[in-house]
Amino acid sequence: MMDASDMHQLTLTQIARGLADKAFSAEELTHALLARIERLDPQLNSFITLTPEQALAQARAADARRADGETGALLGAPIAHKDLFCTEGVLTTCGSKILHNFVSPYDATVVEQLASAGAVSLGKLNMDEFAMGSANESSHYGPVKNPWDLTRVPGGSSGGSAAAVAARLIPAATGTDTGGSIRQPAALTGLTGIKPTYGRVSRWGMIAYASSLDQGGPLARTAEDCALMLGAMAGFDPKDSTSVDQPVDDYLATLNKPLTGLRIGLPKEYFGEGLDGAIAEKVLAVVEELKTLGATIKDISLPNMQHAIPAYYVIAPAEASSNLSRFDGVRFGYRCENPADLTDLYKRSRAEGFGDEVKRRIMVGTYALSAGYYDAYYLKAQRIRRLIKSDFVSAFEEVDLILGPTTPNLAWKLGEKNADPVSAYLEDIYTITANLAGIPGLSMPAGFIDGLPVGVQLLAPYFQEGRLLNVAHQYQQVTDWHLRAPAGF
Amino acid sequence: MQWETVIGLEIHAQLSTQSKIFSGSATTFGAEPNTQASLVDLGMPGTLPVLNAEAVRMACKFGLAIDAEIAEKNVFARKNYFYPDLPKGYQTSQMDHPIVGKGHLDITLEDGTTRRIGITRAHLEEDAGKSLHEDFHGMSGIDLNRAGTPLLEIVSEPDIRSAKEAVAYVKAIHALVRYLGICDGNMAEGSLRCDCNVSVRPKGQEAFGTRAEIKNVNSFRFIEKAINHEVRRQIELIEDGGTVVQETRLYDPNTDQTKAMRSKEEANDYRYFPCPDLLPVVIEQSFLDEVRASLPELPGQKRERFEREFGLSTYDASVLSASREMADYFEQVNATCSDAKLAANWVMGELSSLLNKEGLDIEQSPVSAEQLGGMILRIKDNTISGKIAKMVFEAMAAGEGSADAIIEKKGLKQVTDAGAIEKMLDEVLAANAEQVEQYRASDEAKRGKMFGFFVGQAMKASKGKANPGQVNELLKKKLEG
Repeated sequence: MMDASDMHQLTLTQIARGLADKAFSAEELTHALLARIERLDPQLNSFITLTPEQALAQARAADARRADGETGALLGAPIAHKDLFCTEGVLTTCGSKILHNFVSPYDATVVEQLASAGAVSLGKLNMDEFAMGSANESSHYGPVKNPWDLTRVPGGSSGGSAAAVAARLIPAATGTDTGGSIRQPAALTGLTGIKPTYGRVSRWGMIAYASSLDQGGPLARTAEDCALMLGAMAGFDPKDSTSVDQPVDDYLATLNKPLTGLRIGLPKEYFGEGLDGAIAEKVLAVVEELKTLGATIKDISLPNMQHAIPAYYVIAPAEASSNLSRFDGVRFGYRCENPADLTDLYKRSRAEGFGDEVKRRIMVGTYALSAGYYDAYYLKAQRIRRLIKSDFVSAFEEVDLILGPTTPNLAWKLGEKNADPVSAYLEDIYTITANLAGIPGLSMPAGFIDGLPVGVQLLAPYFQEGRLLNVAHQYQQVTDWHLRAPAGF
Repeated sequence: MQWETVIGLEIHAQLSTQSKIFSGSATTFGAEPNTQASLVDLGMPGTLPVLNAEAVRMACKFGLAIDAEIAEKNVFARKNYFYPDLPKGYQTSQMDHPIVGKGHLDITLEDGTTRRIGITRAHLEEDAGKSLHEDFHGMSGIDLNRAGTPLLEIVSEPDIRSAKEAVAYVKAIHALVRYLGICDGNMAEGSLRCDCNVSVRPKGQEAFGTRAEIKNVNSFRFIEKAINHEVRRQIELIEDGGTVVQETRLYDPNTDQTKAMRSKEEANDYRYFPCPDLLPVVIEQSFLDEVRASLPELPGQKRERFEREFGLSTYDASVLSASREMADYFEQVNATCSDAKLAANWVMGELSSLLNKEGLDIEQSPVSAEQLGGMILRIKDNTISGKIAKMVFEAMAAGEGSADAIIEKKGLKQVTDAGAIEKMLDEVLAANAEQVEQYRASDEAKRGKMFGFFVGQAMKASKGKANPGQVNELLKKKLEG
């Protein structure tokens, strides 16, 4: 039997092997990780809710299934969910006071699929309130710390997912990505994270921020683990009209495809003003490495990228202003004390229940959709969105993948950008175009600067998640950035 | 000054699908509160809508029936506003791209004239729930059973010029949706609801006056009364030097008044935008062809056929085709007796007044179409007279069996034996010898009047059973002779 004090070092793939070889049981592994979370998470604040009893029950059930001859790679694998995935019978807060008491009556499709694959959920992970943020500082449950430097942010909005996986509290977690909320925290914490093609992963039970941009995906330490997770999360769901009825590729099967002849495009807009020079160097080093693996490089242009942030910050808040209307204090969630009348009930429940960033975006979105402003803002943003999409379609006629930095900067200090929301919005510059276009994107570790992780982003044509994971996996076969652990974890 | 009324109507028809427009919950009316509300209907976080294809099919049926363009691509939009019975804080509806475009419907007025009313559009949307204000000790209850019931909102052009036309139009829509089997038309239960946009303008003026919208008028009678009241109110207001303001009003049937609910300034900015949870609906030609093939004969087509095939007047044909059940009943009577004119007279006459008196729908008629047809056969073959037939009809209505059985049991068979009639007439004339004298002494004009007296006496003597034609003929012969 393996020593319990080392189990947290295992990747999902290694856990699958260990469980198959009976080196340890799922129950032992769950106990070990729960103890580690109890011990270390107070420094990080990555979990909002821990579900030890349910986790142990799931682990025992997984051990029993394995004893009955079932195999599955995720059978008994410990994970945790971002707290915007609805989990039946478990608190689902979305990082907000307005859902501080919301126990979901049903499971999200992603939760259900992972559970039926045998994954053991240890709890619910902290996040920016309603997934609005790039630092995980807007959570009602307090900020999450970056395990690489506890005075810094882990990125957001899936900051709890990123911190927990980076700190080896769990080997993998679910996240969601509306403008970079998987890829950006993955980059800032030295993880691999993938945002699939819009429609690849069901949104049923994923509390909506911006419906046309939201997409669930995994964060893990390796591309191989992401492939394992995504294989279980993806698929057509008749309960989500925007999910796509197309078979899921076998992501593991293509991981070892050689990169010979792979055409990689470097968009000049990704290497311009605003990018930290040291990050640019790291990204270009990745390019060199991929060249030695057989890739060819081409300079390309995505001319409409400069309009992406304004377009995103119209479309996402517009959808959010409508999506968040259901949090009104009437049927579930927070309700103000002693409302005088209906209007007072609405106003105070929402004023007291939502945090500042959420209110800011609801107001921006409401304004953008208002009579007289709709054409100037919402319709114009939709036109830009189409232009951005066609930029990618044209680019992918020439190249197989697009590569660039995931973020313009390293993890910043907690509180540093609180006074200036726009500077935080600009951190999304490289990630939001994939959401606007609906294409898949992946961030993987590309090295360190002053002890802080740097991420490189890969973008692929629709439904080519397999290609992204393949390239990242090949890169991870010849580098070890992804294996490094933060001091103290 | 002479005023002209301008009316446009918005009719909300609840589509009679088995399940809701965006969830699998049932749509049955009158269930215990919140027993027909799923996670989606409750607006639970993370839930998503899935469009019910049957609602689309029903909307297409309606579109084809009013000869409208059906959009190849139509889009659902969110209409955002806060209300406790609106669980998501928005209603999923259609704005810029409705499923049914411009069409029209012909209505027949009481004087037999027909008018064509333009239909601007019809779009799909979800119904809201209901707020309940009783029995909650000062609080309100919310019943979300109705939330998500599919609605087709049918918007007319401002082509309607009187309250009577408005009623005729609503009746025509009511008949049409029932013919199509897409709405049960039950106005009392709110399956068909009507908002009336009413304005007035000086006769001859082209520009429309400012309109007021009367919300949720839920019977044919109230539509007429509410519009008439509103027209009077607007005219009086303008003639007294005031101006009509654009606002929403409510009609109170108890006081026969409309009163202001909210003004245009207080109206919500609904912030419509395309619903990102639903893809645009693409309607293929093959689907439309299939729907078209499934359409039943429509009221207008039926009316024309009744006129053409049976020689009925436009008015009679339109009354008989006003509902599918009425038309089916009439056609069954006609099939039994092969006399469309008699069948039409009896259905629109005795049968209709019986149903009116009893407050019954034609489906609940105590006299079946076969029974009525059977009775008409006995009129046609002279077994009974029209007058006896009314007695037979009443007996049938009282559940005494078929016309034949009633005629047999009550001995109502008409006497057509000339010898027997002559004998009876001789007795009548003998008993009224004085009048016979007077008759014979009178001129032609006076005789005409007196003749009726003898016929009456003769029919009375025969207890109505003598064949009236024979009585007339033989009586004339005897008096003149």
